Amino acid sequence: MADNIMKDRLLYFADKFKSAIGLIILVIVLSFLSDYFFTVNNLLNIIRQVSIIAIMAFGMTFVILTGGIDLSVGSLLAVSAAVTAGLIINVGIFYLLVIPIGMLIGILLGGFSGLMVAKAKMPAFIVTLGMMTIARGLTLIYTDGRPISGFNEDFRFIGAGHIGGIPVPVIIMLIILFICYITLKKTPYGRYVYAIGGNEEAAKLSGINVDRIKMSVYALSGLLSAISGIILASRLNSAQPTAGSGYELDAIATVVLGGTSLSGGQGGVIGTIIGALIIGVLNNGLNLLNVSSFYQQVAKGAVILIAVYIDRRSKAVE
Amino acid sequence: MENNNYILKMDKISKRFPGVQALDDVDFYLKQGEVHALLGENGAGKSTLMNVLNGIHKRDTGTIKFQDQEVVFNNPSEAQKAGLAIIHQELELIPYLTVAENIFLGREPKKGVFVDYKTLNQRAVDILDKLGVKINPKATLNTLNIGSQQMVEIAKAVSQNAEILVMDEPTSSLTQQEIDILFNLINRLKKQGISIIYISHRLEEVFEICDRVTVLRDGKNAGQSVVSQTKRSELIKMMVGREIGERFPTLDKNIGEELLKVENLKVPGKIEKVNFTLHRGEVIGIAGLMGAGRTELAKSLFGVFKPTEGQITYKGEKLELTSPKEAIQKGIYYLSEDRKGEGLVTILSVQDNITLSILREILNLKIFINSQTEKETALKYIKDLNIKTPSEKQLVKNLSGGNQQKVVVSKVLSTNPEIIIMDDPTRGIDVGAKQEIYEIIKDLTKEKVGIILISSELPEVINMSHQIIVLHEKTMKGMINSAQATQQNIMELATGGGKSG
Repeated sequence: MADNIMKDRLLYFADKFKSAIGLIILVIVLSFLSDYFFTVNNLLNIIRQVSIIAIMAFGMTFVILTGGIDLSVGSLLAVSAAVTAGLIINVGIFYLLVIPIGMLIGILLGGFSGLMVAKAKMPAFIVTLGMMTIARGLTLIYTDGRPISGFNEDFRFIGAGHIGGIPVPVIIMLIILFICYITLKKTPYGRYVYAIGGNEEAAKLSGINVDRIKMSVYALSGLLSAISGIILASRLNSAQPTAGSGYELDAIATVVLGGTSLSGGQGGVIGTIIGALIIGVLNNGLNLLNVSSFYQQVAKGAVILIAVYIDRRSKAVE
Repeated sequence: MENNNYILKMDKISKRFPGVQALDDVDFYLKQGEVHALLGENGAGKSTLMNVLNGIHKRDTGTIKFQDQEVVFNNPSEAQKAGLAIIHQELELIPYLTVAENIFLGREPKKGVFVDYKTLNQRAVDILDKLGVKINPKATLNTLNIGSQQMVEIAKAVSQNAEILVMDEPTSSLTQQEIDILFNLINRLKKQGISIIYISHRLEEVFEICDRVTVLRDGKNAGQSVVSQTKRSELIKMMVGREIGERFPTLDKNIGEELLKVENLKVPGKIEKVNFTLHRGEVIGIAGLMGAGRTELAKSLFGVFKPTEGQITYKGEKLELTSPKEAIQKGIYYLSEDRKGEGLVTILSVQDNITLSILREILNLKIFINSQTEKETALKYIKDLNIKTPSEKQLVKNLSGGNQQKVVVSKVLSTNPEIIIMDDPTRGIDVGAKQEIYEIIKDLTKEKVGIILISSELPEVINMSHQIIVLHEKTMKGMINSAQATQQNIMELATGGGKSG
């Protein structure tokens, strides 16, 4: 009997932390394979590289927790970055005034998708697919298909600067992670997000304004995409019209790798950052081992399939 | 006629899930051609036993003999091939296919690569005739009512030469007429030598249709007997492990001031001509057949459906609700009949569910949920309502039906409502939990809460209400004082007889 209880606990523990366990195993293996891998510089480099995708994926986590999906994040990143760059470089407005405008664009376009999903009851997949195309088109119109380049040093600090040796994007990412975590775990809003993903009808009959919450998660996803876009533009010293293409799939993969259920109601942002780190560590490690980027794609896809397979297996046991 | 021809022998079956011994040395013997009731409270192990039988769960120990052969089914389709069919509560049919297509799904007769519809429909007619069921085999399934759909499911099982049929709560969504048809069908199947395992919470049905009964309690055998030689009270005692005294508590006849007045309420297509007044401490029962508009009426008072005519007066003021949220804020709470579909977020914890409606009232710094208050609230209701759960952090999906229902009730009570609309609150829960729900209703009336009690069980409405509204075809047909109410005069109105108004 006691053995059984110990076994139950062990299984529960292993199940709860399986993403983290996977990450740790990956780190240990790569530390043996490459001398450079486990150095402060390299580890900071990995975290900086995953920051942009991680920030988008935090927003995606909220959307997926409600049972939705957001395919428009990559395009929203691009349009926010382009408008921000245009207003700073071409119009010459002070960058601190422009950044809120860039963020607002993300909120408005994301919120519009949310409105379609919540009020018009359209499937999130279709709505955000449409928004993905619209926002990409708007970016191309605004930029005329050409990059907007040449920021001043102050703006470049956001993407390329350091504070106390830590890259600024990492700091921004950690602050957002903290806020998202607290929101999900400690506020009624967060609880409502889980409840809606778990059972929308029950949430509604429990007095939750389901439509408003659903709208807001898409607006949040838009906002975080815009922030990612601004960081990316700053880092590359240029807003590219094709920036963020395909990022939506990276963001979704990150969320799923972190153990958040695509059917909603289960998961969280801690899993998502671990998911982002798994992808980052894998890319970095394979680079250090001189594996060609073609093979890296295969490896990344395989890891996602394995992770979801393990997740399915553990759920089937229940 | 004594018959000792056992078609199924399950011996010393044990099954453990993480944290719970679901079955502990359970024996279950089924005779050829009998209807055998499998009884037990929610969580007693009935479903687990059936899932072990048809291969969904692997047993830890024990043997299963089917027609004197030891068998191991690895999945339901193996069990089905051997002659075991389960009719689940939720039917497993395809709504957009025809009756005949559903019956022979995956086994369609063919002409070359095409389905031979003529033979298909003819075979469906043969099966339906054999069962004495009048259903058009060419009708699309979703045009049939639930009762007929169930007949199709049974026809499907019979067409696969099932020797054993397991029926899991087959009457839970049927009208009385449909139940009568089902029972005729069961008797016919019996005569054809088919053995039936009948799972139900309704003891009346066990006495009406079953030959023998096996009772499970806490995953163990609690008794087994011949139905005709067993008293109702003995069965209840076997199920709950203790004597249960009078079934219904007595309601206080003194009621308070007017709380809710409904005049000529109409929601097009849902409900109309509803007039009643609910007082503090009063229970108004709502009776009616499935589809009579009971749930629609409840939801019209809760801001889900918006009335186009009539007037609702609440505490002396005109009430026009726009959402459930507003209703809850004003002190009106609706407890859904569909526990899993509308009542609970089963993948969240007991605590999360109990406090879901009051999170904004237990904040620190106006932003953060006060986890201390939250936990205390959950623990208070777990204790007050005697919810059986290892901890407040347990996921609701792991609780039994009765305990799940108490979690929903806790959520409702946590908001301190003045009116509670309870939609079939005892549906699918065991005798012990039912008793506890009745006690809660009585306590609430003492606290001057007004209650609207919708129920499919007439004795429940009659004994737990002051006044009874009877609905028929989305119209209020009348109101009966519970002192004068009998099953006969309620059914008279509910089936469209009697005078209107």
